[in-house]
Amino acid sequence: MKKLVPLLALVLAVGFVASTLRPPKNPAAFDVVGFSKLPVLVNGRLKPLDTVARSSLLQLQGRQRVEHADGRTLLPIEWLIDVVFRSEVADGYRTFEIVHPDVLALFALKAEDGEGEKRFSLQQLQPKIAELQRQAQLAQPVEAAVRTPFQRAVIQLYGNLVHYQRLRHAFVSPTRQDFLGELLKFQDNVSAGVAAVRAKMANQPHDEALVKTMTELGNDFVVMAESTTFLTIPPDANETDPTAWKAAGAALLETFRTGRVNASALAYAGFAHAWRNNQPEQFNKLIELFRTDLDKRFAPQLEKVSAETRFNAAQPFYTSMTLYGVAFFVAIFSWLVWPQALGQSAFRWVAIAWVVATAGIAARMWLEGRPPVTNLYSSALFVGWGAVGLCLILEYIFRNAIGSVAASAIGFSTLLIAHHLSLSGDTLEMMRAVLDSNFWLATHVIVVTAGYSATFLAGFLAIIYIVRGAFTRSLDKATADALARMVYGIVCFATLFSFVGTILGGIWADQSWGRFWGWDPKENGALLIVVWNAIILHARWGGMIKQRGLMNLALFGNIVTSWSWFGTNMLGVGLHSYGFTDAAFVVLSTFVASQLVLIGIGCIPLTWWRSFKDRSRIPAAPEHVEEEVAPASSR
Amino acid sequence: MTELARQFRDFFVSLKLTVVLLVLSMILIFAATIDQVNLGIWAVQEKYFRTFFVLWHAGDVPVPVFPGGYFIGGLLLINLVAAHLYRFKRSWRKAGIELTHAGLILLLLGELFTGLWQEDFSMRLEQGKPKNYSESFRANELAIVDTTDPKEDAVVAIPEKLLASGEPVQHPQLPFRVVAKSFAPNSTFQLADRETSSTGAMLPAIDDGRRLDFVSAPVTYKQDERNIPYAQVELIGAEGSLGSWIVAAHPALVPFRFEHAGRTYTIALRFERAYKPFTLTLLKFSHDRYAGTEIPKNFSSNIRLQTPDGTEDREVLIYMNNPLRYAGLTFYQASFEPDNPNVTILQVVRNPSWLIPYIACSMMTLGLLVQFGIHLFGFIGKRRAVRPSLA
Repeated sequence: MKKLVPLLALVLAVGFVASTLRPPKNPAAFDVVGFSKLPVLVNGRLKPLDTVARSSLLQLQGRQRVEHADGRTLLPIEWLIDVVFRSEVADGYRTFEIVHPDVLALFALKAEDGEGEKRFSLQQLQPKIAELQRQAQLAQPVEAAVRTPFQRAVIQLYGNLVHYQRLRHAFVSPTRQDFLGELLKFQDNVSAGVAAVRAKMANQPHDEALVKTMTELGNDFVVMAESTTFLTIPPDANETDPTAWKAAGAALLETFRTGRVNASALAYAGFAHAWRNNQPEQFNKLIELFRTDLDKRFAPQLEKVSAETRFNAAQPFYTSMTLYGVAFFVAIFSWLVWPQALGQSAFRWVAIAWVVATAGIAARMWLEGRPPVTNLYSSALFVGWGAVGLCLILEYIFRNAIGSVAASAIGFSTLLIAHHLSLSGDTLEMMRAVLDSNFWLATHVIVVTAGYSATFLAGFLAIIYIVRGAFTRSLDKATADALARMVYGIVCFATLFSFVGTILGGIWADQSWGRFWGWDPKENGALLIVVWNAIILHARWGGMIKQRGLMNLALFGNIVTSWSWFGTNMLGVGLHSYGFTDAAFVVLSTFVASQLVLIGIGCIPLTWWRSFKDRSRIPAAPEHVEEEVAPASSR
Repeated sequence: MTELARQFRDFFVSLKLTVVLLVLSMILIFAATIDQVNLGIWAVQEKYFRTFFVLWHAGDVPVPVFPGGYFIGGLLLINLVAAHLYRFKRSWRKAGIELTHAGLILLLLGELFTGLWQEDFSMRLEQGKPKNYSESFRANELAIVDTTDPKEDAVVAIPEKLLASGEPVQHPQLPFRVVAKSFAPNSTFQLADRETSSTGAMLPAIDDGRRLDFVSAPVTYKQDERNIPYAQVELIGAEGSLGSWIVAAHPALVPFRFEHAGRTYTIALRFERAYKPFTLTLLKFSHDRYAGTEIPKNFSSNIRLQTPDGTEDREVLIYMNNPLRYAGLTFYQASFEPDNPNVTILQVVRNPSWLIPYIACSMMTLGLLVQFGIHLFGFIGKRRAVRPSLA
């Protein structure tokens, strides 16, 4: 039985991963999956509508799930289609997250009115939108760093409403019931209409009704063009610039000049018509035709866009997170019962979770055409990936489940951090000019992030040492020594990587800005990690600390690293300040406090530790102080 | 060796001192980083790193509260060198540590030299207008230019520090004394409806002839703002005063022009200039954004580089991560003006010790690799030796 457990674990994990890789299915007759693969250019990147739907939902309400009034769960793309084609329905979905009590009071809403006590629909917000706008205008001039939580909440909600408006104007005019019909009529009358308008301007006899229709339609096109940043219409056939995508409103305005309604804009009006009138056959047929047409011109780009849809559906990082979560408990239990069987199972789960995360990171690299770390979100992915990779090596060498526990805990928490960082929008961003250098992104950023990974890992191993030692009887001498060796080795690794990474950053700075070192907060943060690791090594070599001191210092490394990673970005100065979040500050403070508590526990006399109540088990001084630094004069 | 001398030596070579200094350096760096929110990067460097002590001002009395960068760095340097002289025995096993520490010594020295020698200027180029000087980011100077000779200007530049002191300045090239009646390190201005200030000095004018009046303002430390010092300057010749002028370091102001003893002069407070033996001309500045966004994709400046003797006359392209290195200077694409697409702003840096960090870091990286490599192989070797006995 026990021998079967690891095999069973492997089969379960592989089965779980395989189940996430199935292609997404249409929930009803409409081919919404096909629609989700249609391309759109947003924030400089061509991406599937699926990504727009998912990142919009994360931004508006912190999760991808939307509940229909009848209790059904909508796919993100179904929600998006309702927003863009049937906004009167979408306005009733409760997708705007509001948690600040004063903002709720602004709308005269109570938490109970919202879904999950925090999500509200546009219809609920509608009566007080003007007041929100006023509050946002009051808060806007205040510098971001000194805004009150209320002002930040107001600005965030207002930004979300603007985002929603942009979506609504991306394809069709949200105020017209039958946009397709109007466009077809417009197509027939456009030359006569333009002539009538010209005649009116020249004060000549004209068809007043036609002029009115033309003017109204033209105004709607202008509103559409100005209210969106989503470029949904592909470049014209004779256009050489592949990024010259247009907003639907802008493309429709061109009709007055060309006399022909843009075919893609017409197609989207057709989608709206089919969706509103519940005609799945027309909808699906139109997707087929539109897609074939797009494929003729944009096949290579569309391949990536379709792959991204599959990547979104598979959600590799959530899969990986689940596996890490399970592995963590299995690994902990392996210290209590069945060390061999459970230990091996945990190891396998961690390994598979790591492979899934690796595949996810690789997919992102391919989609973006960039090295793995390009923003704060991807740094979280990579810090976790690097630390788990190191743990797998440790576990392979030591086989005592310590590596698995550390790996699953760090893997899980970094993916959780990444999830929260993804709430600010699409995580595949275009690189600002100053950072646009694949060479330096691939060297400096990777190496310095690996340094973060290692420093965190050393700190986490120290937590295992202190928790097991102080609260359980499971820290015997062999385990304690093994942990000490692991921490020492990882600190060496961390020193090397954080040092080399920091230096490479200096060289990049010298190449780009003419100074090797500028005392910029992020640079200082990286330097602090290097210096701290150097302190640990020197204190250990000098015999100033023993095993427990090593653990406490390594724990403090967690604080130093978390500060360099996130704290420096919160200062809002310097060339590196590219990420700023408010809730993150609370999380960071809590983390720092928790680490200080652990250090406090680590400082309690050993006789109070459960593992060492029996005095004979107190670990001896480290077996060897590095002789090379022992003073020559003392010999 | 006496006991005292031995103790003295032991203190400087001890590993404890190293650790203490490293901890102090962490506290210093952390405090400096936090303080950047108030002071900005440049002032923080002066206050925390390029100093022996961090000073707090209790009233007017500066009180040293913490060792500064030079102090900690200097002691660390002494500690390192001393330790290597007295404590280390040469052996191949320690080659890694030796190399790492030698690299660190070089790195610390390099940072010191950079602090002493690096010059950091800015160069704003307008399309089609040749320029042969760069301007300081912070320092200003009072420039009195003899423009009598149409071919050549004779410039006397007086640093703002001298103006601030209020002492009269007598320069051998000038037939008059320069006296700063008042000086303010920063100011704000408004349009004036008269020609002279309340103290009777001439007010400066902008291009269209309108005059500006200045009042002093608190010094700014923000990174994206610059102080505009202003002064009231009086020139006193052999026969008494030549006049009194308000000068301010604002680029829109037109220099005053006056005649004295048959020669024509201009006088203005301006950003401190560093003249170059060559000229740069902006041919074209490009600034691309990603489609449908305001995210900058790249900046680049196409520039013509010429020397007066005609030996150099070529076009160069400066863009992000690709500076021009010429005549011991490096020109980086630093900024642009959002409202004016025909302007580029370059950063001009002279750093004679720029190569040191590269060498130092190569040494340290190699040293760490060797050192930790020895550890790692030792560890693996030991495990290999242990394993069979377990089986």
